[in-house]
Amino acid sequence: MTKLIPLSAAIAQNVHDGDTVYAAGFTHLIPFAAGHEIIRQKKRDLVLARATPDLIYDQLVAAGCARKVIFSYMGNPGVGSLRIVRTEIEAGRLEWEEFSHFGMISRLQAGAAGLPFMPMNQTGATDLEHANPCIQRVTDPFSGREVIVVPPLNPDVAIVHVQRADVQGNAHLWGIIGEQKEVAFASKRVILTAEEIVDEAVIRSDPNRTLIPGFIVSAVCHVPGAAHPSYAQGYYDRDNDFYLKWDKLSDSAEAVKGFLDEWVYGVMDRSEYWQKLGQDVRDRLKVSPRPSTVVDYGEY
Amino acid sequence: MEALTYSSAELMIVNASRLLKDGDVVFVGVGQPNLACNLAKRTHAPNLVMIYEAGVIGAEPARLPLSIGDPTLVSGALSVVSMYDIFANYLQRGNVDVGFLGGAQIDRFGNINATFIGNDYTHPNVRLPGSGGAQEIAAWANRCYIMTPHQKRRFPEKVDFMTAAGYLNGTDGRARAGLRGKGPVAVVTDIGVLEPDTTGELVLTALHPGKTPDEAVNNTGWTLKVAAQLRTTDEITGNELMILRDELDPSGIYLKGG
Repeated sequence: MTKLIPLSAAIAQNVHDGDTVYAAGFTHLIPFAAGHEIIRQKKRDLVLARATPDLIYDQLVAAGCARKVIFSYMGNPGVGSLRIVRTEIEAGRLEWEEFSHFGMISRLQAGAAGLPFMPMNQTGATDLEHANPCIQRVTDPFSGREVIVVPPLNPDVAIVHVQRADVQGNAHLWGIIGEQKEVAFASKRVILTAEEIVDEAVIRSDPNRTLIPGFIVSAVCHVPGAAHPSYAQGYYDRDNDFYLKWDKLSDSAEAVKGFLDEWVYGVMDRSEYWQKLGQDVRDRLKVSPRPSTVVDYGEY
Repeated sequence: MEALTYSSAELMIVNASRLLKDGDVVFVGVGQPNLACNLAKRTHAPNLVMIYEAGVIGAEPARLPLSIGDPTLVSGALSVVSMYDIFANYLQRGNVDVGFLGGAQIDRFGNINATFIGNDYTHPNVRLPGSGGAQEIAAWANRCYIMTPHQKRRFPEKVDFMTAAGYLNGTDGRARAGLRGKGPVAVVTDIGVLEPDTTGELVLTALHPGKTPDEAVNNTGWTLKVAAQLRTTDEITGNELMILRDELDPSGIYLKGG
């Protein structure tokens, strides 16, 4: 059964005002195209969860889509401050809930595994524990020592970008695999965007690379270039220039509005955005091939 | 021979790099720590195993990664694992020798604040990025190094918020909290090196060539003790500067500042 639908339909059907959304990807495969579609559809009061909010949540917050952010590192990776999220928090206009990276990822792991909580060893840095009631302690019944526990995170909808998937949503991804698998299993609904839609036979040729099985996926969308200015390993490079540019641009509310008008509201979809980027940018982000040595699963 | 000139950032990076041992498994941070690790690997520590928080093990980056999730870290790496695995199996389990840390504030006992400046968490004067992996790295890496410019505002008596643990309140603080790693065994600044004494208090143990104890004391927010055996760090070499400037950061993104 095919789940292949346009991204606009996938967002309309699966993202509702007030939902908790997790757009997955640690630096890699960040689903910017879906983020922009959420902005175009003017979704409101979203709770935006991501270990690293990154530029995608800076843009969603700027566009007025968010009520709250849940994060573990609120910065522009490798550049500095995430200005819009930071400003909104400092001004008291945006709620937030914060964890360490391991705390955040442990919440997803608990959510993915259907567990009531996830234990982790103590870190000694107890200030966050005092500030956040979602970080608690329990006594290990075996050793008698206290361990830290965090509750499951079960987003209403996960958005995961992958290199390739079949029309049922069986997905191959490689390179930095961050928290994609955990987010997909933890969430109630899963929107998959893919650089390529491939035959089921391609997926079956390399089953170890399938991190997400189709039967937990709600919608599959064919969206090449969906991760820009993030990247897709082997397909196109991270647009570091854009991340540096955003640092300056996001300092001015007017410039941010101008960006959203031109690059989000001003284009119909990712394909138009990708064309609009221009040949120079696309050439700059091109990568040369470096394929893996083929593995032999054997015929049995 | 004409004396070499270098930036504060270069001074810190070279000195941090020299603290790494050949064969160390190091959890690399982005920016200056990344340069320090790559410099060590190209000089005295060719068997350094670089692990990146994004889940990359044994990275051999062909270019300077801007972020810790750069694709150049992946191509040619030994292994790439999920974030859960990197934090659980590698860091929490005790498979990481060295972690690098930084922060807006580092206090007398090496505790780190990367969360906010102010006195009320719910109403931050200045909101910082937060922990990321710092909380876990500080707790569980076998030893940690901190790199920071030596400024009074960065070295308060006590941090506004403890994002990552140093020696907590001193002496056996880490043992009582059940932490496995040794904590911040050295803080490399642009003036010298601070190391913990037996109580966990950071004291000045080394100065870079040409720097004075007064400079260090006057730029520290607590009454900085000076070790009886104050060392002078070795001069930076032309080879180290050449690798940094020509190979690792030719655009000077991280070398010019700090």
